[in-house]
Amino acid sequence: MDYIILIISSLLINNILLAQFLGNCPFLGTSKRMDTAIGMGIAVIFVLTIACIVTFWVQHKVLDPLGIDYLQTVSFILVIAALVQLVEMFLRKFAKPLYTALGIFLPLITTNCAVMGAALLIIRKEYTFTQGVVFAIASASGFTLALILMAGIRERLEISDVPLALRGTAIGLITAGLMALAFFGFQGMDAALTALVRS
Amino acid sequence: MGLMREFTKGLWKDLAPFRVVLGLCPILAVTKEAETGLGMGIGVIFVLTCSNVIISSIRNIIPRQVRIAGFIVIIASFVTMVELFSQAYFYPIYQKLGIFIPLIVVNCIILGRAEAFASRNGVIASALDGLGIGLGYTMSLVLLGSIREILGAGTIFGVDMMWASFRPFTFMAEAPGAFVSLGLLLGIMNAVSRKS
Repeated sequence: MDYIILIISSLLINNILLAQFLGNCPFLGTSKRMDTAIGMGIAVIFVLTIACIVTFWVQHKVLDPLGIDYLQTVSFILVIAALVQLVEMFLRKFAKPLYTALGIFLPLITTNCAVMGAALLIIRKEYTFTQGVVFAIASASGFTLALILMAGIRERLEISDVPLALRGTAIGLITAGLMALAFFGFQGMDAALTALVRS
Repeated sequence: MGLMREFTKGLWKDLAPFRVVLGLCPILAVTKEAETGLGMGIGVIFVLTCSNVIISSIRNIIPRQVRIAGFIVIIASFVTMVELFSQAYFYPIYQKLGIFIPLIVVNCIILGRAEAFASRNGVIASALDGLGIGLGYTMSLVLLGSIREILGAGTIFGVDMMWASFRPFTFMAEAPGAFVSLGLLLGIMNAVSRKS
């Protein structure tokens, strides 16, 4: 039952994008059109989950036993960069349709701080392996949810009369703020949800 | 004169994140208070300047195909230094910044400058470029941090600023306030730069 709380918490209450501010550059960059938003969202779910599994293993089987914790930042970013390359090569070879759909988004994911951020959060919050995987999938789905919602809004914004100075990123940020306000409404749910699940 | 321009362009022409929209995550996440914004800015200045210097001095040695990986390792080493140093000497700020210190690695500004400037220019020009861009970014962080701290808590750098009956807007201290105030600031910057 605790997993249900974890899923809802990382999907809605502590949405990785709107409450924890991770992954904002691709969020504003790829949310102008619905098809790119969906492509980016799926690519993030895919890479983030694999990256969290691999970095979890690196932390607990390599860094901790050897006592070289201070290499965490360097090793995580290298693992993520290498992994993105591997996923790209693998998809190009074995899953051509998926590669043509996600190909252009994969290189962008290396510098998406949502991936590195989720990997670090799993270690800092001392999750077990299963909790970590659930957290990773739910967080990435939360990212995709926010991205797709935003793309829907921005397609409408294209045809509306926005003040000249606010066009582009500025109105995107304000829209994201209003969405964050809506997601902020979930904050009160945390305690109620815990009580409901436990009863 | 030419070198001076490398420094000053970061303060207005290429001011991050307003004129060049990069590095948004930290600027939203650590600007609840002016102090954390300043701490983050100093970290970015250090990492950006040092990595620019190293990258530009070995720019002819790194093979083109693996340059991005090389840049990332150099940047990550400096970020680790910032992390350990702040943990040892500035523990309260280290705790407040949390995972955003290691996340300096994936700040697009730093990799962007490495790729666009340091890998093509001399050491001194790259150092000035790093200092200028870093300083501009710090100014933006402190500006947004001050606005949010004054409206969200009525203080600036922890000092009371507002009259006694002032009611802080909780909105500004939370996530939505960060997005909306950055968006409005960006709009003001656009309007100003269009006039000039």
